[in-house]
Amino acid sequence: MGCGKSNAFPYGELIWTHRKGGSTIFKFFAHRQNPLLWIYSSQVKLLDKMEFSVMSFLSNALDWVRVAFDVPFARAVVFGVHIGGHLVVEALLVIVILFLLLQKSYKLPQRPLSETEIDELCEDWVPDSLIPPLTEGIKYEPPILDSAAGPHAIINGKDVVNFASANYLGLIGHEKLHESCTAALEKYGLGSCGPRGFYGTIDVHLDCEERIAKFLGTPDSILYSYGISTMFSAIPAFCKKGDIIVADEGVHWGIQNGLYLSKSTIVYFKHNDMESLENALEKITRENKRATKLRRYIVVEAIYQNSGQIAPLNMIVKLKENYRFRVLLDESNSFGVLGDSGRGLSEHYGVPVEKIDIITAAMGYALATDGGFCTGSVRVVDHQRLSSSGYVFSASLPPYLASAAITAIDVLEENPHLVTKLKQNIALLVEGLSDVPGLSVASNPQSPIVFLRLKHTTYSFKNDLQLLEDIANLMLKEDSVFVVASKRIVKESCSFGAVRLHLTGYFLIVIAFCPAAGSSSVLQLLP
Amino acid sequence: MVTIPYLTAITTYFSYGIYFSLGQLRDLFRKIIDWRKPDDLQGYAPICLGLEDFYVRRLYLRIQDCFGRPIAGAPDAWFDVVERYTTDNFKTIKRTSKTTRCLNLGSYNYLGFAASDEYCTPRVIDSLKRFSASTCSARAAGGTTRLHTELEESVAKFVGKPAAIVFGMGYVTNSAILPVLIGKGGLIISDSLNHNSIVNGARGSGATIRVFLHNTPSHLEEVLREQIAEGQPRTHRPWKKIIVVVEGIYSMEGDICKLPEIIAVCKKYKAFAYLDEAHSIGAVGKTGRGVCELLGVDTADVDIMMGTFTKSFGSCGGYIAGSKELIQYLKYTCPTHLYATAVSPPCAQQIISAIKVILGEDGSSRGAQKVARIRENSNFFRSELQKMGFEVLGDYDSPVMPIMLYNPAKIPAFSRECLKQNVAVVTVAFPATPLLLARARICISASHTKEDLIKGLEVISDIGDLVGIKYFQAEPKKRQQEEGRVKLN
Repeated sequence: MGCGKSNAFPYGELIWTHRKGGSTIFKFFAHRQNPLLWIYSSQVKLLDKMEFSVMSFLSNALDWVRVAFDVPFARAVVFGVHIGGHLVVEALLVIVILFLLLQKSYKLPQRPLSETEIDELCEDWVPDSLIPPLTEGIKYEPPILDSAAGPHAIINGKDVVNFASANYLGLIGHEKLHESCTAALEKYGLGSCGPRGFYGTIDVHLDCEERIAKFLGTPDSILYSYGISTMFSAIPAFCKKGDIIVADEGVHWGIQNGLYLSKSTIVYFKHNDMESLENALEKITRENKRATKLRRYIVVEAIYQNSGQIAPLNMIVKLKENYRFRVLLDESNSFGVLGDSGRGLSEHYGVPVEKIDIITAAMGYALATDGGFCTGSVRVVDHQRLSSSGYVFSASLPPYLASAAITAIDVLEENPHLVTKLKQNIALLVEGLSDVPGLSVASNPQSPIVFLRLKHTTYSFKNDLQLLEDIANLMLKEDSVFVVASKRIVKESCSFGAVRLHLTGYFLIVIAFCPAAGSSSVLQLLP
Repeated sequence: MVTIPYLTAITTYFSYGIYFSLGQLRDLFRKIIDWRKPDDLQGYAPICLGLEDFYVRRLYLRIQDCFGRPIAGAPDAWFDVVERYTTDNFKTIKRTSKTTRCLNLGSYNYLGFAASDEYCTPRVIDSLKRFSASTCSARAAGGTTRLHTELEESVAKFVGKPAAIVFGMGYVTNSAILPVLIGKGGLIISDSLNHNSIVNGARGSGATIRVFLHNTPSHLEEVLREQIAEGQPRTHRPWKKIIVVVEGIYSMEGDICKLPEIIAVCKKYKAFAYLDEAHSIGAVGKTGRGVCELLGVDTADVDIMMGTFTKSFGSCGGYIAGSKELIQYLKYTCPTHLYATAVSPPCAQQIISAIKVILGEDGSSRGAQKVARIRENSNFFRSELQKMGFEVLGDYDSPVMPIMLYNPAKIPAFSRECLKQNVAVVTVAFPATPLLLARARICISASHTKEDLIKGLEVISDIGDLVGIKYFQAEPKKRQQEEGRVKLN
């Protein structure tokens, strides 16, 4: 039995005691200055001899450690702090901890697919077919006209009264239009053979743009080559990612496509409901107080193509000025129809046309040509000449259609009685149709597109559509009156950000036009 | 592919750098001068912020007179360009009533149907009288006339497919068809240099889009393998379907798509092929039937063939040709068919008559002559330009030939000098082409005679010397073996 003590060193003292039975107890007493290191004693069974060699080995090792701690720098004084040897060990430990923290976490090794695996996957993959299987309803063929789509048309050899073409002012078949078209065809040929930037700008295009701007009273206008592409090119030109657009729920497909392509934030408000619009504007202004650089737009149509409602422009303009939004108005169905001289919705409500920022319209309705235009301030129009994709990357409007547009506007300006005649016809038609059994008028009484809805729906869209199509076919066969049931894209998986088909049901569409059909045809409409 | 010489790249970057810094300086001055002026926007956000329209204001407007030149007649081989002047240093341009007669090397008039034609125009005027200028309604709602059905049948027969559907505008055709055919969960693989309408249509469809290197079937195969193996992004579910979109002739490069290899790859990996023949229908091929005929590909192998009528038929509109079921389905679901105004009847009649002329059904051989002439003209013009030392892109047989300009200052120089010598050319710069690769694009027509072409070549050669765009060594006049003759391409 005996005990021994190692030489003192900064951490503490190692004291061992031999006990009876050959065991040795090591005790380490740490100094109070260094609470970091506590080595607890452990009992070890040793043979005496080994015990002695182990002892001497241990005491040698401890001597070495002591020497390390007695290294000169360990006794140095830096900035008045006594660097004891323990600080060196602590520094080493801190370095070790940092090293471990900065190690990347262990990830399972990624094995890329081998060539044979890719081959197998490619062989196994079975694509869907390009189109889903066709059902019976798809094979429907619309009736084919054998003449111009004027008030009277020839279908299957029979003369029918045509209530399906949007020929509001009856300009289809007008001799002045035919004369100007023929002259243009002989002078310019048919196509324009190039986009507007590369020799596709023909002087009739520039004349047409000036004429439209003069007629409407706006500074400038720009022509597009197709009606439906006007809106879906104009919207992405002005609205980019991050901008806010408040649009009506029931806008037509062209506008919806434009809204989707613009990638802006879109907020819909209830169809033609001014309260809902105000709430939406209020909410947006509240949430985006700091956004002065944010461009904000309201998109509405003058006469909605899908429902026949008329947008209350005076209220919209008031709201817009209040909340500082720009208005994009689509006047396709109201140009040449509303207002005393046919100048559109702004004349109808007495709102000065400068208050509307951007007006677009397709010319394939009242003006009896094709194409579209967009008017507004000079800034608005110039911007589109370089950033509107449907203008820059597409061939320009055929010159004969542009000259037809000029002539149509001339005719309209010289004969404002066409507009009053149209209004009388609309009133006559709506009056006659409102007491038709089984169908009720669902559109605004001043709209030239009259939507008739079934009074008692079968609560299934498919059956409703079938019924309406049957009515239309019957009317065509027996009474020689041509109307159409509204068509909708039924493909629900069309991902235009959920194409909002404002489906309140299908309608029978009857379009009023100018040279009077008269009350006789109204009587004919009774099923 | 174009590789730009180092020195030219450095000088081009330098030029753009100067324009950019000058433009910034001017913007700064404008801001300082307008500091005191009240903002007349009244609380509305500006339409274009800061740098969004920097390129337009400071670079494009300086050379505005090279683009959008109005003409005062039909875009035939020779036409009248309206003279314009500016009083405020090109911010606005006004037109005069004077015109200059110029050689037309810029319009898409491949078969010469642009001006009034002896066979087509009388029939077009007849159809105008019979059906009037527009139908004012959509195809599905009373806009289908006898002409439209006849048109679709003749287009299908011409292209070599069972059925076709016709729309009023080529741009809208691409933008509206791709969303109908493919949706979320599908994959569109398109060539890196595809036209803006295809890009728009692909974006509007909601499918995932991947791009493969221009005209490289091996890279297409790589992309296909990788995508099929990986599946949809993040969920790794298998793709619903894959459509590969390529064009027949690329309008900015003039090169012809490597169709047989691409179709082979598509067949191997069960992808659908969509071919956009906007520039190639009517212009290439022995009888003008397009790229499929030129390269010997069976039309049944291409699932969807699309094209436009603006270029070779002198009309307007686009078509899609495919199997009967496909066309039936498209008639039921395509939004343009249901909502947009039908093709104008005189346009339809022009296409029908033009197809008759090309096929020789009008009783003369004008069609075959036109198709042969455009091939001769393009090959002659291209080889002469290459002999003079210009860097001309595009393949043999293609009627589109871009001449590389590179430096931004050469664009207006080339364009204005050519106009002074009564040759009208089209110059294209950023953003239609990459920044460094500005070019002048020549479109040959069947209505150009040999004398027209020779005159054009002389003018271009003179101005090429003046402006300095003969990047390759000109072939010496004696064409026998000479040492040090630079091998072109």
